[in-house]
Amino acid sequence: MPHARFRDLLAAEWTKLWSLRSTPWAFAVGAVAVLGVNLNATLADHRNYPNYSDGIKELFVPVWAMRDAFTLGGAMVFTLATGSIGALVIVGEYGTGQIRTTFAAVPARRSVVAAKTLVLATVMLAYGALVAGVSFAVTQAVLDGRDVGMAIGDEGVLRAVAASALLAPVCALAGFGLGALLRHTATTIVSLTGVLLLLPALMDERNRWGAVFLHALPQGAWKRLTEVGVSPVPVDHPWTAGGAWTVYAAWAAGAVTVAFLAVHRRDV
Amino acid sequence: MIEVHELTKRYGRPSRFRRVGGIRRPASTAGPAAGRTVSAAAPGADTGPAADRPAAGRLAVDRLSFSVKPGRVTGFLGPNGAGKSTALRLILGLNEPTSGTATVDGRRFRELPRGLRHVGALLDAHDVHGGRTAEAHLVALARTNGIPRRRVGEVLDEVGLGGAGRRRIGGYSLGMRQRLGIAAALLGDPPVLLFDEPVNGLDPEGVLWARGLFRRLAAEGRTVFVSSHLMSEMEHTADDLVVIGRGRLIAAESVAAFAARGTRRSVTVRTADPAAARSLVDALEAEGATVRHRGGRLAVTGADADRIGLLAFRHGIPLAELTAHASSLEETFMELTADSVEYR
Repeated sequence: MPHARFRDLLAAEWTKLWSLRSTPWAFAVGAVAVLGVNLNATLADHRNYPNYSDGIKELFVPVWAMRDAFTLGGAMVFTLATGSIGALVIVGEYGTGQIRTTFAAVPARRSVVAAKTLVLATVMLAYGALVAGVSFAVTQAVLDGRDVGMAIGDEGVLRAVAASALLAPVCALAGFGLGALLRHTATTIVSLTGVLLLLPALMDERNRWGAVFLHALPQGAWKRLTEVGVSPVPVDHPWTAGGAWTVYAAWAAGAVTVAFLAVHRRDV
Repeated sequence: MIEVHELTKRYGRPSRFRRVGGIRRPASTAGPAAGRTVSAAAPGADTGPAADRPAAGRLAVDRLSFSVKPGRVTGFLGPNGAGKSTALRLILGLNEPTSGTATVDGRRFRELPRGLRHVGALLDAHDVHGGRTAEAHLVALARTNGIPRRRVGEVLDEVGLGGAGRRRIGGYSLGMRQRLGIAAALLGDPPVLLFDEPVNGLDPEGVLWARGLFRRLAAEGRTVFVSSHLMSEMEHTADDLVVIGRGRLIAAESVAAFAARGTRRSVTVRTADPAAARSLVDALEAEGATVRHRGGRLAVTGADADRIGLLAFRHGIPLAELTAHASSLEETFMELTADSVEYR
């Protein structure tokens, strides 16, 4: 009898992910929407640049050029797309009853969760890198037409691209953890939207606790990590990039821990 | 070989509230039966098995013990809500028992890293993601257990879905889903097979095919455990029966032994003329038997054929017919589970 190999579980999860018609569509639509939002902002700047005041032109590189590469709207769409895909990886099994078939075939539930986590994180990392890289390259190529595009080697650029790329696996894992906990599709997606998108919009950054809360969310961390140069407006509650990276790591690790505990303990 | 020992499953946590006259009140003010959830509204009114249940929660499986032997088809019977599906989930480690153990070939199923080569199971034909094709579903399942890919084609052909493998499961009929579930159970060529209501949705030909398949799997020396809420379904398939009601064991024995339990044996009697019939009825009723008229014949319960023949002889009544009937398995099943039918 062949040994129970973990890489067989990885291969199976890979097959399960891509054998759903919705998967390639979700990835494609997500990417197009994010790039569309960012490109739209960039084209507007490209068009209006000659009319900008000297104050704005002075700060355009790096502050505004970077904000065109990674707009907040784009990040929100990206969060929703990747978080939903991450949630569906697990809720799709609970919601349909497939989970019982899965666990009857592989009673070692933690191994299943580990395989799902690894496949999801890897795919999302590649997807995030692709979308962030393309967004940066395309928007800066447009801005080069006004001589205000940035290069990947410029100060803070690599960090911003990496943070935008990593937003995908972080949000996907958050959706995955929440999905493992809630197990219902609609409940999970609504909660995910509430936590990752609505909550940051409700927080006031100028308020001390509001800032603390905002900084503890993936969107707050992403904002901090994509900031380059000197902020055009005063920052009331500054924090370090290291702190922001820690928030990313904590969300990913926390979500995976929740998934492991929830899936292992409960009846299906 | 499946062994179940004192298996108990209670669903839900003990509630701090219990229902009194339709109003939910905290347990501390609920009266003498506080801390005990009894389904009936009035304390003490329930004298059934529920009355001696300890703390709150629904007992789906209650100290269940039985074993299922290899080389035989064992039918798992009980009315709706008897706890059959819960028991099967406990055996498969999908649900954690409150107490007791269930083992497959001596091991708790959840201790196995991979399951398909040990137990093949069809619990619910709907337990699949409808967005995948049957082939993709089975390929992924096979891969998790290191089963070669060619098995997918083999089992699809075996269950008659060879031509539908590339279609999405979402478009399958219930019968096709049952076949797919059976295919998944066969994937790992396992020594133990569990099927929960497998013939639901199958056409008559499919039912015959499934029966033949279960018989063949048992003949190959495998343990085959098939649940149903219909006795008639098991009558032609099973060697042994495990019968439960309200989560408790009612019988675990061979089909023959189960059939012998039936007490509603009746005897059909026909006499030559109505006058003779009247005097025979009087004689039988004097003996304490029950007689009903059925289209010119008498249906007698409470006296066996020997006794009736002797009575007729003594009273000089000529008999035209005297036929003894054993109660059918279905009747025996209904009789034994009558006390534990929950939904009617």
